[in-house]
Amino acid sequence: MTVKTMREALNEALFQEMRRDPGVIVIGEDVSGGAGGSSGSRDAAGGIFGVTKGLMGEFGDKRVIDTPISESAIIGLANGAALAGMRPVAELMFADFVGVAMDQIYNQMAKFRYMFGGKAKAPIVVRMSMGAGMNAAAQHSQTIYSMLSAVPGLKVVVPSNPADAKGMLAAAIRDDDPVIFLEHKALYSSKGEVPDDEYVAPLHGASLVQSGKDATVVTLGRMVSFAAKAAAKLAGDGITVDLIDLRSTSPIDEEMILESLSLTGRLVVVDESNPVCSIASEIAAIAAEKGLASLRTPVVRVTAPHTPVPFARELERMYVPGPDRIEAAIRKAVKGE
Amino acid sequence: MQQSRTDILKAYRQMRMIREFEERLHIENRSGEIAGFTHLYAGQEAIAVGICEHLTDRDYISSTHRGHGHCIAKGCDPRLMMHEIYGRADGLCKGRGGSMHIADIDKGMLGANGIVGGGPPIAVGAALACQARGDGSVAVSFGGGGSSNQGTVFEAMNMAVVLKLPKIFVFELNGYSEHTGEGYGIGSDLAGRTRGFGLPVFEADGFDYFSVHQAMADALEHVRAGKGPCALIAEATRYFGHFEGDPQNYRAKDEVKTLRETQDALLRFRRKVTEAKLIEAAELDAIDAEIAAFIEDCVASARKAPAPGVEIMLSDVYADY
Repeated sequence: MTVKTMREALNEALFQEMRRDPGVIVIGEDVSGGAGGSSGSRDAAGGIFGVTKGLMGEFGDKRVIDTPISESAIIGLANGAALAGMRPVAELMFADFVGVAMDQIYNQMAKFRYMFGGKAKAPIVVRMSMGAGMNAAAQHSQTIYSMLSAVPGLKVVVPSNPADAKGMLAAAIRDDDPVIFLEHKALYSSKGEVPDDEYVAPLHGASLVQSGKDATVVTLGRMVSFAAKAAAKLAGDGITVDLIDLRSTSPIDEEMILESLSLTGRLVVVDESNPVCSIASEIAAIAAEKGLASLRTPVVRVTAPHTPVPFARELERMYVPGPDRIEAAIRKAVKGE
Repeated sequence: MQQSRTDILKAYRQMRMIREFEERLHIENRSGEIAGFTHLYAGQEAIAVGICEHLTDRDYISSTHRGHGHCIAKGCDPRLMMHEIYGRADGLCKGRGGSMHIADIDKGMLGANGIVGGGPPIAVGAALACQARGDGSVAVSFGGGGSSNQGTVFEAMNMAVVLKLPKIFVFELNGYSEHTGEGYGIGSDLAGRTRGFGLPVFEADGFDYFSVHQAMADALEHVRAGKGPCALIAEATRYFGHFEGDPQNYRAKDEVKTLRETQDALLRFRRKVTEAKLIEAAELDAIDAEIAAFIEDCVASARKAPAPGVEIMLSDVYADY
């Protein structure tokens, strides 16, 4: 075990999986960077957030493929290469750019196996940075997991810590289905203990971060650490919660949520995304459909407002559910105040 | 094309405004006061100004992530732009858009854009409206070498040809698509590719205002004659990184220094008009000083301006909901 950033953990997973399987290739804009530049450096970027740094030096430009700015063709390249037997890891610099490539994602890769009578497999990973926190405004800050989780055929994962990020990326690469792998850009520099050897962490299944008796708090991504901060404050007042890190938004671990709910009787969902047709709504629906008898109080959703992500620091701070809002929401659910 | 003294002074003023604005942002960015991603246009001033000096508020442009220069050249208020970049409630977009989303529809400025290749299809739509109005107005999309490789741009070019629209596709080649050289990403000759779509191509020296201005005059003559869309391709450089904070490892150390010393759009403009005895150097110096003071004042007022509140966050998602 070594303390590593999420960036380093992801980078390590890519190195280990590329060594393990020569069919694994990395595709994207500036995944190495510098091609055609005047300095002559061929690893000038290593990905916009440095996740693919150094891969070019070990694996060369046949497996670490810098592309033009052509998101649709990047995902198409991954799709075709996968159908023909490779294991591509495609990178979209920002999850927001998924819009440019949407057909290749939701009409093509998601449906190959089903449409083609189960005869095709699409072992593709699409890595994207997502989330607010850098004041990158409306087209570079979105959390798009609910939109993509609504598409049958895609698996969607959102790691919240470095150890999970490494193990889940390895698992995603080895998985025979397309996996949308969402990396919160405010977490790249977050640190945690990470095993040095290669390993896989399951793609599905939530994780119980801490347990308590008064409420079930379901959250994901960057919100896990915010909810933990809120929980720590509440513990001082004698309120304790089950804190569940969702990890995967498709599939959703219903079992863990319902089991916890049966013990606590209260559900608070914390989701950085917009509220309409969201993961938060989905979890509320699960509780209403299968856990109604356990609910002692109405479900509480803590989400971003139904607006695009605003630019100004003050606005973005209001937009993102912060520890204070989460704390207040849990307190209200438990105390009814 | 002959230009009056007034025209020449106005063009110089615009170019200087962009340069001062961007150089100052480069400094201010390091102070940590400016949030988010900032992509600076310094080095490419001759292109935005050479093109937009031909346009009025009735003409439209679409811009890119590197949009400040296009905004200023098209008539956006630099003070309100500065307030926007500082994320203020009285900024051009109420602090909601920031550097990458500055827009002013009344000025025919359809927005900077966070999506590479997002602008050209929009400008094709604006060209459709211009055609319907029949008043000789046109739409211009700005894009870099990066956007020239987006399918959206291919589709936009073909659509404009099919509909014979008054649309000019400007490709500003600054040498890089983010952190990759344009020579790598553009797999064939861009002018040839563009001609393949049926667009005549006008080429200009992107460091030379007068060259761009002439090419745009030719492009406008073409589209206003009802001959359909065309393209204008100009090469220049960007003096700063892809974004502020970019270490620019892809770039040779002296690349920018050499270009600044030999090709700089403002220096070449100054040399040309003073050597031709059209303008006295002292007049240009006075403009430089005036704009430096103006930008200083814009930064000062931006610092003091009010932050946006929750009502700004929650409004304008819809006209009515």
